[in-house]
Amino acid sequence: MHILAFLIRRAVQALVVMFVISLIGFTIQSNLGDPLRELVGQSVSEAEREALRGEMGLKDPFAVQYARFLSKAVRGDLGTSYFFKRPALEVIADKFSATFELVIGATLIFVSLSVPAGIYCAINPQSWPARAIMSFSIIGISVPVFLTAIFLVWFFGVELGWLPAFGRGETLALPWGWETGFLTADGLAHLLLPSVTLSSIMLPLFIRLIRAEMMEAMGTEYVRFAQAKGLSPRRIRYVHAFRNTLLPVVTVGGLQIGTLIAYTILTETVFQWPGMGFLFLEAVNRVDTPLIIAYIIVVGLIFVIVNTIVDLIYTLINPMVKLPGARA
Amino acid sequence: MPLLDIRDLHVAFPSGRREVEALRGVDLTLERGERLGVVGESGAGKSMLAFAILDLIAPPGRITAGSIFFDGRDILRLPEPAIRDIRGNRISMIFQDPMMTLNPVLTIGTQMIETLRAHRDISKAAARRLSVERLKQVSIPSAESRIDAYPHELSGGLRQRVVIAIALLTEPEIIIADEPTTALDVTIQAEIMALILRLCRENNVGLILITHDLGVVAEVTERLMIMYAGLCVEAGPTRRLIDAPAHPYTRGLLGALPQKARRGARLDQIPGSMPPITALPSGCAYHPRCPLATARCAAEAPAFRAGVACHHAERAESRA
Amino acid sequence: MISARAFTTRFLGDPVAICAGTVALVLVLMAATAPLIAPQNPYDLMQLDIMDSEMPPSWMPGGDPRFLLGTDAQGRGVLSTIMYGTGISLLIGLGAVAVQGVIGVTLGLVAGYRGGWIDSFLMRLADIQLSLSTLMMAIIALAIFQTAFGAATYSQLAIPILIAVIGIAEWPKFARTVRASVLAEKKKEYVDAARVIGLPARLVMFRHILPNTLTPVLVISTIQVAEAIMIEASLSFLGLGMPVERPSLGSLIRSGFEFIFSGSWWITLYPALVLIALILALNLLGDWLRDTLNPKLRRGED
Repeated sequence: MHILAFLIRRAVQALVVMFVISLIGFTIQSNLGDPLRELVGQSVSEAEREALRGEMGLKDPFAVQYARFLSKAVRGDLGTSYFFKRPALEVIADKFSATFELVIGATLIFVSLSVPAGIYCAINPQSWPARAIMSFSIIGISVPVFLTAIFLVWFFGVELGWLPAFGRGETLALPWGWETGFLTADGLAHLLLPSVTLSSIMLPLFIRLIRAEMMEAMGTEYVRFAQAKGLSPRRIRYVHAFRNTLLPVVTVGGLQIGTLIAYTILTETVFQWPGMGFLFLEAVNRVDTPLIIAYIIVVGLIFVIVNTIVDLIYTLINPMVKLPGARA
Repeated sequence: MPLLDIRDLHVAFPSGRREVEALRGVDLTLERGERLGVVGESGAGKSMLAFAILDLIAPPGRITAGSIFFDGRDILRLPEPAIRDIRGNRISMIFQDPMMTLNPVLTIGTQMIETLRAHRDISKAAARRLSVERLKQVSIPSAESRIDAYPHELSGGLRQRVVIAIALLTEPEIIIADEPTTALDVTIQAEIMALILRLCRENNVGLILITHDLGVVAEVTERLMIMYAGLCVEAGPTRRLIDAPAHPYTRGLLGALPQKARRGARLDQIPGSMPPITALPSGCAYHPRCPLATARCAAEAPAFRAGVACHHAERAESRA
Repeated sequence: MISARAFTTRFLGDPVAICAGTVALVLVLMAATAPLIAPQNPYDLMQLDIMDSEMPPSWMPGGDPRFLLGTDAQGRGVLSTIMYGTGISLLIGLGAVAVQGVIGVTLGLVAGYRGGWIDSFLMRLADIQLSLSTLMMAIIALAIFQTAFGAATYSQLAIPILIAVIGIAEWPKFARTVRASVLAEKKKEYVDAARVIGLPARLVMFRHILPNTLTPVLVISTIQVAEAIMIEASLSFLGLGMPVERPSLGSLIRSGFEFIFSGSWWITLYPALVLIALILALNLLGDWLRDTLNPKLRRGED
């Protein structure tokens, strides 16, 4: 019952967000995209163009055209890329696995580093490693991600020549059509530098967040009570304090998905990583309007889905939330 | 030899570049099964004393001097694992606010079982059985199902009963209760106090009851200790202290008690408030608020003699 | 709040603050006086000579004393382009924060004072905007502008468009702080008192609230300028921000990036160092201001 109410609520929110995004997409298309460009050449006369426009419904009222756009979009038809001469959604779908694996790689790196570092800094705030980590984190926040990327390419890719700096390397095609770089040594080697780059933007943020939340939890009455019960420091830290930092960390973490996608564009550009972000930037340079719109809509969809999942996790790990969404 | 014997305990906190003392040399003894009340206004250092007994002063505060002998051994000289063996096992604690004391993301059962398993070599199932039994002892209805509840699913009164059940789990020799009823609804305060008293009597557990309310300790404890600004200013049998208080501060506290005042008489609040530990007055810390204060009180701190620390103890007594 | 004297004493007692302040001041002065002190004017095509292109810094073999930090592919002196580029980065950063401040403070006051559905609506909008990420919104907005106007027209309008986009995307941070101050102030007695004696509560409140919000607004502004400069640099690096003819630090790095591998590292390295120094100095100053002006926050940090 509760979970159903939650899902309905989320679905309504998701629909509102997608409605706004589709409206933006349609406005771009109707103002910037010229569907005739892909159909006819320069030689066609203006009169013929006008006739074609009428035939294609481009003179219909806004609402009618939008409804047509929407019904096509729902069926997965977001127009045809001018450059690739293929359905825009298909072009993006081909690049999805690259971006997805980059994000997963980065997430693995920053989660596995920020959790121990944040906890350590919270427990020994005055120690020199903690001070060093905190100084590093403010420097990390101040270095633009593309400079991190350029430095890594130059140092590990060019100077030392240890790691490949461009592209995805060797990938394996999985039966359901997914290209993965996780299963080949070459693919993993190619994944390393881009993942480190992308994680570098999240790492300082999460270290600071986990440290602050952990310090707060360590100062609570229930941690003092746990101490008075004679529990081991281990159990107090990881079961009593850290469990309570998970909630805010998941919430803030979920909010970062937009930032993470934005930074994939920068990362993919420097490493020429064949993902959605790199594709999007190429589409902008080629004025490939359908592809731009398709990217915006797909990113909006990912955003909505990830936020729903994060909310769901939040409700699952928080015993206080009986009726999800009540915290708003 | 008393079960608990605290001598000249000092606790200090850094404040700016210097350290200020929150406890300035406190003595305390407790016999097996004895019930002691520690009374004073907030800021007197009562809670500090409670945490010091378990060596749990939160940094940057620290115990700077003194000794805490428990069962013949000085807790302050024990290694950390040995202290942990005492905490929550032989000496357990009941906190003030049951809303904050229990961990919100762990079930009642988890928080009980972990306590048992920290001190006993016992299976989870056995620990659970024992926990349910304790929950029944503190009169929690349907204990078998409540043990799987999260704290937020229980009322404040029930939560405090859970905390008491946790304190009793390991059959401790001393329970330190820090204002155990202050945060509760007035209607259930007496109920919880009666429960603590009954359980201590039945199991011959020593009790250190910390409170600002003389009315509560009068009914529960055998001996009293009055604290002011990090010092014990008067100590003795509960009856005697209430009938014939020697220190003007004890008299002030009694005067502020509704039950003690005669019908129609004015309820006398002590004027002013407890000075912060960062700005203690010279001499006797109570002198700015004391009706009997003389020049000597401002110049010289009175020694603790014959159960009281006051230059004018005799005068106070004669006026009582 | 603390007195100006205590403020100065604290500042002079903190080596990190002095360093950050000095670096920021030097960079701002350098940018402001670039037309006077720069060795060349990189915008003046008459001064450029393609024969000067890709020269290393002057102390290296093949260097030229006219170009202390070397030259880029168009023969522009790297030192001069950095001086002018820092100015453009700072201009956009300050401009965007001014826009954020005006929108954010206004909407924050309105949300806090009016409450009700206006408050809920504005705060919900703020939540959504923050979660969408400024960079993402700016990339999409600028991609659309560039597609709409064409690259040539766009490059003419780049500065105002960047200021507007970064300004509009980041208003929620100011709005939230100001709203919190208004809500805190609303509870205070003088607001009731003013209402009782018939003074318009709004007037009294704003007279109190605006000075009270000044401190947090100052702290946020400093960090936001750093953030705006970082976003502008990222956008320019992607080719969505300042064009190469009127480069900001970000576009300088973009144009230098392709030459790293042919060995001309100085075209990228020096603008990158200046960019990091600028952002780091502003972030450190912002942190220091927050710690100094807001003792409540500082206690939490200690």
